[in-house]
Amino acid sequence: MNEALLIAGMALVTLAVRYPALALLGKITLPVGLLRALNYVPPVVLTAIIVPAVLFKHDQLLLSPANDYLVTGLLAVFVAWRSKNLLLTIVLGMLTLLIWRGLLGMLPPGWG
Amino acid sequence: MHPPADPTRAREFWAGAQATLPLIVGAVPFAIIFGAVAATSGLSPWGTLAMSAFVFAGASQFIAANLLAAGTSVALIVLTTFVVNLRHTLYAATLAAYLKHLPQRWLLPLGFWLTDETFVVVVRRYQQPDTSPYKHWYHLGSAVAMYTNWVVCALVGVLAGQHIPNPQNWGLDFAMIATFIGLLVPTVRNRPAVVAVLVAGLGAVLTYSWPNKLGLIVTALLGVAAGVLAETHLPGAAPDTVEAGS
Repeated sequence: MNEALLIAGMALVTLAVRYPALALLGKITLPVGLLRALNYVPPVVLTAIIVPAVLFKHDQLLLSPANDYLVTGLLAVFVAWRSKNLLLTIVLGMLTLLIWRGLLGMLPPGWG
Repeated sequence: MHPPADPTRAREFWAGAQATLPLIVGAVPFAIIFGAVAATSGLSPWGTLAMSAFVFAGASQFIAANLLAAGTSVALIVLTTFVVNLRHTLYAATLAAYLKHLPQRWLLPLGFWLTDETFVVVVRRYQQPDTSPYKHWYHLGSAVAMYTNWVVCALVGVLAGQHIPNPQNWGLDFAMIATFIGLLVPTVRNRPAVVAVLVAGLGAVLTYSWPNKLGLIVTALLGVAAGVLAETHLPGAAPDTVEAGS
């Protein structure tokens, strides 16, 4: 993995979605259909990352309370839905993970 | 939020920074966690800092770190970054109308510093009816405040991360998942969005074993298509306005 290349590439494509539309001074308008489709990009991409991360454990689908990420992920969804508070979602999610791992006996040495 | 009385460049700048403060507070843990976690994904400390300083796009940085840990190729991470950050084009297109009179030396940095947070704050300022000639200084204040916080917190995270042995044992990588969940849930506001998210979730499971996370791009396209189709075909589902994120 070439770290400099990765960062340069990411920086370039990110500037490419931020700057040109500003520089074109509002003279062009994107088709309404495309603008609507772009609305779905953030939730869809986030979902496509979250779902496998919480459902799979060591590359195996694990739908059981023994899957600590699944249990705490569901709680985080509930907290985010009720509170719409990012910080609270992160803090409660992490706390639940530690508590659940404690219950399952998965804490790092010295904490179990 | 009131426009500064008797606006000057400096007053607009500070008013913009102040108006962004609540959103900065929300970004602090996000930025620190990135600094601490990125190292576990294979980025060097300098690489982590450079990513925060030069890419400056929170969600895509987390996703990149995640993909990197999974051994994804550079080309695919860059492509994913592009897709994830496409929404900024919406923001830029919205703001362009207010920035017509500015030279490129203003537009380039304001473009580079465009984030969800700054967009939300400054669009409100531009829409206020007062005739302050320095509204772009308000924009600059918001952008500089967000950026400074993001880079400083990444540094704090990198330094803190070096004192935590094996962060993955502590579930710090789950902080990233929790952050994504906290960002995702409020964006699912209507039935087409629910359809899009369900299709994306199913697609992600079905394409899990595909090489190089190619399934991510396919899943993203399927999910977007599902959302657009649902918007057209579900009775009463079409959102009446195009909303520029949140």
